[in-house]
Amino acid sequence: MKLKVLIIAILLTFGCVNKNKKTEVAIEISKMKVATHHNNIKNVDLEIYDYAGFEKFLNKQDDKIYVINFWATWCAPCVKELPYFEKLNESYKSKNVEVILVSLDFPHLYEKKLKPFIKEKQLKSKVIALDDADMNSWIPKVDKSWSGSIPATVIYKNNERKFFEQSFTYKELETEIKHFLN
Amino acid sequence: MKKTIKLISVLTIVICVSAFTIVNSNPSNGYKIGDVAEDFLLKNIDGNMVALSDYKDVKGFIITFTCNTCPYAVMYEDRIIDLNNKYASKGYPVIAIMPNDTDIKPGDNFQAMKARAESKGFTFPYLIDEAQSVYPKFGATKTPHIFILQKTLKGNVVKYIGAIDDNYKDASAVNTKYAENAINALLEGKEVKQTETKAIGCSIKA
Repeated sequence: MKLKVLIIAILLTFGCVNKNKKTEVAIEISKMKVATHHNNIKNVDLEIYDYAGFEKFLNKQDDKIYVINFWATWCAPCVKELPYFEKLNESYKSKNVEVILVSLDFPHLYEKKLKPFIKEKQLKSKVIALDDADMNSWIPKVDKSWSGSIPATVIYKNNERKFFEQSFTYKELETEIKHFLN
Repeated sequence: MKKTIKLISVLTIVICVSAFTIVNSNPSNGYKIGDVAEDFLLKNIDGNMVALSDYKDVKGFIITFTCNTCPYAVMYEDRIIDLNNKYASKGYPVIAIMPNDTDIKPGDNFQAMKARAESKGFTFPYLIDEAQSVYPKFGATKTPHIFILQKTLKGNVVKYIGAIDDNYKDASAVNTKYAENAINALLEGKEVKQTETKAIGCSIKA
C-alpha cells in the first residue's frame, strides 16, 4: 500500500515537472513572438491628428478623387471591407484616386493593436489616426447626416462630395468611383 | 380548398411585402425630438418582459442602446450605471436595450448579457431587442446611443438624442454632460438646450 502511494506520488511529481517544462517553453516562444512583433512595428509610421489637423484631408482641391474611410481595428464590418478599399487604391491609382484610411482606434492601443494590424495586413493605403474626444464638435463637420456609426466613408473631388454611413462591397465602391471619374 | 389556397397566397404576399418593408426601413428615419415614442415589450435578462407602461411613478426614461462587445459601449458602462444611480430615484430610470443580431455578435447573446450585467452589477433592466424591431423605431444606429423620454399626458416624448457626454476616453476630463444637462432641465421644468449630439459608436449589427 505504502509503495503504491509512493509510486503515485513519484508519477505525479514527474507529471508536474513535465508540465512545467512545457509551460516554460511556451512562455519563451511567446516572448520571442512579442519581441519580433515589436521590432516590426517600429517601421510603421503613424500620423496622429486632432480634428483641426485632420481637416485638410477632407478639403484638398487638387483634382484628385479622395476616398476617406473611417474605421477601427475593433470594428468588424470595417475590417471586412478594408480589402476592398485596398484593392480600389491599387487599381485606381493611375486614375488619380487615393484612399486614406482614418483609424478611430483608441490612442492607448496604437502600439498594441493598430500598428501590428497595419503591419500584419500589409496595408498599402495611407493610414492616419484621428484622436479627438470632442466628437459632437467634429462629426457634423465631416457630414451633417453622420450619426457617428462606423464604417463611414467620404468620397470627394474638389467641391463635389458624397457621404456614406454604410459598409461597401468592392462593386459598390467601384460604382461610386465611376460617378466621380465621369 | 380554393379558399385555403387564396388565403395562403394572400398571406404569402403580406409576409413578403412586410419583410420587404422591414428591410427597407431606414433607421435614420426614427424618432425626432418631440415625437411620442411607442411603448415596447422586451425580455429582460431576468426572464421577465418589460414595457415602459410598467413604470407607473416615473417622470421619464433614459433609454440606452448598448451592448457587451462595442468598446465605446464598454467605456460608458460605469457612466450608465452612475446615471441610473443618480436619476432613477428622481424619476428617470435607465432602461438598457441590446439591439445587435446575436448570430453576428455571439458576445452579445442573452447568456453573455446576463453574465455582463452580473459582473458589472447593472442596477437597471438590460433588455434584448430579439426581433430587432425596437431600435429602428427609435432610429438608433449605434451603441451607445441615448434617448431621453419625458412622460407626459400625450405619451413618452423624445427630449434628447445622442451621447452621454463629450469625452468617451476619460470620464474625469468631460466638459459637458449632455445627458445629465438634459435630465436636469426636464426636472426643473425647463426646455432642454442641447437636444441632439453626435458621437462615434459601433454600428448596430443587423
